[in-house]
Amino acid sequence: MSALARRRLLSWGFILALFGVWEFGCLWWRVSDLVLPRPSQAIATIFLRAAAIAPHAGQTLYTTLAGFALGVILGFALGLLISASPLAYDVGYPLLIGFSTVPKVALVPILVLWLGAGSWPAILTAMSMCVFPIVVNVATGIAGTEPELRDVMKTLRATRLEILWNVALPRTMPYFFASLKVAASLAFVGSVISETVASNRGIGNLMIIASSSYDTPLVFAGLFILAAFGVGLYAIFAALEARVTFWAQRGADQGGSRST
Amino acid sequence: MSAPEVIRLSDVRVTFGAGSQATTALARTSLTIAPGEFVALVGPSGCGKSTILKLVAGLLEASEGHVFVGAREIGAEPLRIGMAFQNPTLLPWLNIRENVMLPLKISPPFRQHFAAKRRGEYRERVEALIASVGLAGFADKYPWQLSGGMQQRASLCRALIHDPTILLLDEPFGALDAFTREELWDSLQALWMARTPTVLLVTHDLKEAAYLASRILVMQARPGRVIVDAPAPFARPRTMESSFAPDFVELTRRLRAAIVAARAAPAAA
Repeated sequence: MSALARRRLLSWGFILALFGVWEFGCLWWRVSDLVLPRPSQAIATIFLRAAAIAPHAGQTLYTTLAGFALGVILGFALGLLISASPLAYDVGYPLLIGFSTVPKVALVPILVLWLGAGSWPAILTAMSMCVFPIVVNVATGIAGTEPELRDVMKTLRATRLEILWNVALPRTMPYFFASLKVAASLAFVGSVISETVASNRGIGNLMIIASSSYDTPLVFAGLFILAAFGVGLYAIFAALEARVTFWAQRGADQGGSRST
Repeated sequence: MSAPEVIRLSDVRVTFGAGSQATTALARTSLTIAPGEFVALVGPSGCGKSTILKLVAGLLEASEGHVFVGAREIGAEPLRIGMAFQNPTLLPWLNIRENVMLPLKISPPFRQHFAAKRRGEYRERVEALIASVGLAGFADKYPWQLSGGMQQRASLCRALIHDPTILLLDEPFGALDAFTREELWDSLQALWMARTPTVLLVTHDLKEAAYLASRILVMQARPGRVIVDAPAPFARPRTMESSFAPDFVELTRRLRAAIVAARAAPAAA
């Protein structure tokens, strides 16, 4: 067995074991499923009530991905802007930090006031959660461009745009992907917050209704679905990252293959 | 002091069209115009008066000869500069071929043809250059897969691929071990002898300076100034063997003495 396969197997084994402890702990101490349902109950609930859950899950996935996409575009653009001039940096950074400190749950009523209850407050809340880590990472990556490399490019008569495109942006990609992975899970937080406050659809809404009727297994089913979405989105970006920024991850690769 | 001339046409000829239909707008002409002169061009129509104006304005290209305005040649290719540092500064997301090719992508006049030639002529040009510094077969490797010495060779190639008129080197071998450094001296010497760019090399290593340069400037600090301007007239190609010759050793000894004296001087002053 290769070291990589052994590592995979071991990690999956431990993850399953954690759920096993939860499952059998609940059985052993006879925990009421009103308080803490067993994982098997939550998963069974997902399948048994799939027809009722699916539209909510679809809604949350839609608003989250839409908000995430907008957040990535806005965050990338702001990151470029901030690193383009010291003035933009001085103006933009305090504003961004201020905005990111505002609890997003406080934004939802305002968004509902402006746009009405529905998808848009969820999309915009998800977006607002994503923007900050992306801006910071993109700006950090661009700012870190080696001055000597800029000199080489300048002596070749490269324009600012060419330096950005050929040097600064590629070297920003590892930072960018790191922030995408953070932002992907933050986006779910944003959309679900919004749904719990003001929406009649979505996993957040489903969980609020389920908890008010003491349907704890359904609440946990919602949590499991969110967790699965989050892990799935993270995995997609991790795979994309491995392809795009292979040159920045050689340390990790060697770590995996050294003992083979 | 003002320049002796502001406009100079040397052996300029302008023809329009090609082959049997070619018409000569301006036959071989040379003239110089001093600063502040008020010069009138007179003659019948079609004699080339406006052609001269357009040449000086840069609106028309001379078919032959050179037009200088304010000491700069009109229509000349912009000065090409190659640069390498102690740190190889290769781009880790590009392989060696793409790294070395970067100047051809950015720098005029190569950039105009980059899309068309990147897989043909430019690729061969890169392969030939990296082969000449002993990197044949490493074109598809990434910089971080190579040793420091090999990265520095690639960095030299990147500085030279666009045939620069001027090559600027800032301690390019400073971070290498002694044997790798000496190998790279020979690589650089061979590249310089083949292409003869004008080179400015910054180095702390007197032997390196004497081995590579044809002229060595020793500088002193506070205030920074040149204190010695010594020729290094040894025959090329220089070899490790020749670096033990008495006149070579004498030159490095003399440079060393000048630097030691220069280091002592500011303290006394």
